[in-house]
Amino acid sequence: MSRKFALAVLLLAATGAALGADKVLRVVPHSNLAILDPIWTTAYMSRNHGYMIYDTLFGTDAHNKIQPQMVERWTESPDHRLWTFKLRKGLAFHDGAPVTGEDVVASLARWGKRDAMGVALMTFVERMDAPSPDSFRIFLREPCGFVLEALGKPSSNVPFIMPRRVAETDAFKQIDDYTGSGPYIFKRDEFKPGDKAVYVKNPKYVARKEPASGTAGGKHVYVDRVEWNLALRDVQAQANALVKGEVDVIEALAFDQYKSMSKEKGIKVLKPAIGQQYMCRFNHLLPPFNKVEVRRAALAAFDQRAFLKAQVGVEELYNGCDSMFTCGTPYASKAGNEIMKMNMRQAQDLLKKSGYDGTPVVLMKPTDLDAIGKLPDVAAQLMRQAGFKVDLQAMDWQTLVSRRAKKVPVAEGGWNMFCTAWVAPDIWSPVNNAALDARGDKSGWFGWPDDPKLQELRGRFMRETDLGRKKKLAEEIQAEAFAIATHAPLGEYQAPVAMRSNITDLNTSGLAHIYWGVKKN
Amino acid sequence: MLNFVARRVLATLPVLAVVAVLVFLLLRLTPGDPAAILAGDAASAAQVAQIRESLGLEEPIPVQFGIWLRHLAAGDLGESYYYKVKVTELIAQRLEPTLSLAALTIVFAVLVSVPLGAVAAWRFGGAFDRALMGFSVLGFSVPVFVLAYILIWIVSLKLGWLPVQGYQRIAGGVGPWLRHLVLPSITLSVIFIALIARVTRASVLEALGEDYIRTARAKGLPELRVLVRHAVANAAVPIVTVIGIGIALLIGGVVVTESVYAIPGLGRLTVDAVLARDFPTIQGVILFFSLLYVGVNLLVDLSYVFLDPRIRY
Repeated sequence: MSRKFALAVLLLAATGAALGADKVLRVVPHSNLAILDPIWTTAYMSRNHGYMIYDTLFGTDAHNKIQPQMVERWTESPDHRLWTFKLRKGLAFHDGAPVTGEDVVASLARWGKRDAMGVALMTFVERMDAPSPDSFRIFLREPCGFVLEALGKPSSNVPFIMPRRVAETDAFKQIDDYTGSGPYIFKRDEFKPGDKAVYVKNPKYVARKEPASGTAGGKHVYVDRVEWNLALRDVQAQANALVKGEVDVIEALAFDQYKSMSKEKGIKVLKPAIGQQYMCRFNHLLPPFNKVEVRRAALAAFDQRAFLKAQVGVEELYNGCDSMFTCGTPYASKAGNEIMKMNMRQAQDLLKKSGYDGTPVVLMKPTDLDAIGKLPDVAAQLMRQAGFKVDLQAMDWQTLVSRRAKKVPVAEGGWNMFCTAWVAPDIWSPVNNAALDARGDKSGWFGWPDDPKLQELRGRFMRETDLGRKKKLAEEIQAEAFAIATHAPLGEYQAPVAMRSNITDLNTSGLAHIYWGVKKN
Repeated sequence: MLNFVARRVLATLPVLAVVAVLVFLLLRLTPGDPAAILAGDAASAAQVAQIRESLGLEEPIPVQFGIWLRHLAAGDLGESYYYKVKVTELIAQRLEPTLSLAALTIVFAVLVSVPLGAVAAWRFGGAFDRALMGFSVLGFSVPVFVLAYILIWIVSLKLGWLPVQGYQRIAGGVGPWLRHLVLPSITLSVIFIALIARVTRASVLEALGEDYIRTARAKGLPELRVLVRHAVANAAVPIVTVIGIGIALLIGGVVVTESVYAIPGLGRLTVDAVLARDFPTIQGVILFFSLLYVGVNLLVDLSYVFLDPRIRY
C-alpha cells in the first residue's frame, strides 16, 4: 500500500513538474546578434531582435499587404496631406507605462533619420504631433504615396515603437534601454554576446484578435522563453544538434544539407513563402562600367540559371526572376527585361559594339560568406566568355564592405563590381530598393548610378497615391533601370528553415525570423 | 630567486609594449572598416561615415594610439565596437570556457601521455614503442575538426552518451560542466598526447642510458621504481617545458574546437573580433594572450628549480 502511494506521489510530482516546466524554444539564428538597436543598424539580426521586443504601428501580412498592428484605425484627409492615427487600447511598454502618441512621434522621428524609406518619408513630412495620448498625426507638405508602406515595412530598418525617453536618443548613438512594446521581454541580464540571447514571454502583451500573418495579426506567444544560441555557428554542428534534439529550430539551413535533413526522422524542413534575390552591382563611376553599353553587355552575358545552380544547387530552392522587384510581389513585372533573355553570342556582339577597351573588371569575391561566395566565380566566367577581362579579387566580406564604399580609381583601392543578396522586402518597392537610387555619387547605396529620368520616375512614384498608377510607374522604373543597367538581378532563392517535428506554426513568411505564434508540442 | 622573478616581471613590460604597438599598427594597416560592418549591408555610405566618426576612427592614427595608451595605462582595455561592452568584461565572460577546456585537456593529455612515453622508452624498439610512435604520427596528422566530427558521430549521435555541442558554466554543477567538456577535451588532447608522449619517450630514453640508472639497477631496485623515481624524475625538465608551451598554445589555439563544439570561449571571441574588425577587442585579447604566454613561461622557468636542484637563479 505504502509502495503504491509513494509511486502515485512520484507520478503526481513528475506530472506537476512537467506541467509547470517552462517551454523553452531553442533557436539557432542565421547570424550573431551584436547590436541591440534595430534603428541604428540595418543588420537583420538586430531587426529580428526588434521584432521580439517591440511592436509596430502596421505590419505586412503573408500576402504582402499592409495591416494595422498597434494602430486601431486611421484616416487620410481628402487632400492626402493629413494622416490621423488612433492607437488601440491596452498597449503598454514592458515597464507598464502606456504607449502614447508622443512615444510614437519620437520613435518615428528617430527612425526617419536612419532608415532609407524613413528618410524619404520625412522629406514629405511637415510635422508630427500627438493631439491626445492615444493618437498621433502626420502632416505632409504634399501627398505621399507610401505612408503606410513605410510605417508597415517589414525589414530593416523597421519603425519599431519605443518609449519616448529611449526614442529621444541621438539617432547616431545606440540605445542602452531595451524597454520594449512587443510580445517578448529581452533578458538583458542573461545576454552574453556571442553566446546566447534570451527572451521571455511578455504576460501583459495584448495581441490583436486576427490570426498571425506575416508581421501582422495577433502576436500570441505559446512558449515561455526563447533562447538564441549565438555560439553554434558551424553548420554541421547545427545539424547534429538539431538531430540530437539539443536545439529546436535552425533559421538558415545550409543548402547542401537540405535533402539529407528533409529525410531525417523527427526533423522537418520548410521553405519560406517568399524568396531572396541575388544581384551583382556595377560601379557606375569607374571604367569600364561608366559606359551603359558595357554594363548592358555584362547584363546580357549573365545567365541566372548558371548562378543559381552554382550557388544554391537544389532546384526546389531557387527560381529565375527577371524583375528588379521580388517576384510574386505587387510591383514585380517583366518590363524592360529583354536584355536578360539574350544569349552569349548577343552579349559578345553588344560588348564589341560598346567600345570596351579591355579595361580589367575588378570583381570582389568574399571568401568567408558561403551564402554568396560562388556568385563572383560564375560572373567572372560568364563575363570572360563575353570578352571581358576580369580581375577576380578574393577578400573577406568585411574587407569587401569597406572597399565598396570607396569611390576612388581601381589603382587607389577602388572596385568595379560585387555581388550580394537581398531579402524580399528590402527590394520590392521602388522607394526602398537601394539599387535603384540614381542620384549619382549622392546615391545612398554603393555603385552610384546617375540617371535623372530614373530619379524623376521614382519621385513620381513616391507622390502617387493610386495603386494602379503606382504599378504602371514601377514598370517604367524597372524598364529604365534595365535600360541603364543599374545592376544585374541574378534570380531568387529560398533559405530553408529546419526544425524538430514537435515545433508547429513557425512563421515562414520569409519577411523576417519571428517567434510569435510558434508552438512547441 | 625573488630577484629573478622581479627581473622577469620587469622584462615583460617592454615585451607587452612592443606587442601593443605592433597590434595597434597592424590592425590599422589591415583592410576593412569596422564602421561598414556595424552599419549592415543595406546602410548608405553616409551612414557608414557617421559611424566612423562616432567611433573616433576619423582621428589621426597617432591620436587614436595616444587615447588607447592613456586608457590602457588606467587598466581600461576600452569598449568593444561590435558588442558595446567593456573588453575586460568580454574577456572575463569568455575566460571560464577556455580555461576549463584548456585545463581539462592538459590534465588529460599529461595523465595519458607521460606514462605512455615512459613505457615506450622502457620498452624501446618493442611493439608498444612502435605502436605509440605510429599513434603520435596519426595524432599530429589528423585535423582537429575531423576527429571532432568522428567523436560526435560515434559518442553523441550513435551512442547518445554526451551532448553534441554547448558549454555549461561550472556554477551550474560539475556534472553538466564535465559532460559538455569531455568530447572537446579528448579532441583537443590528441595532438598534445602525441607531442608530450614523444618528448617524454626521448627524455626518458636518454635518462635510461645514464650511469645513475645503472647504479640504481645494480642496487637491486625494482624496475618500476627505477623508471619512475630515477628516469622520469630526471627527464622532467624537457617534459615540463613542452607542457608549458602546450598550455600557452592551448589558450590561444582552441578556435576550431570551440567552433565545432559551440563553446563561447576566447578563441571564438578572437575570430569574431577579427572578422568584425573590432579593434579594441582584438587589441585587448592579444595583450591578454601575451601576458598569459609570459606568465606561463615564467612559471615553467621557476619550476626548473624544483625539478632540478642544480638549477639556481
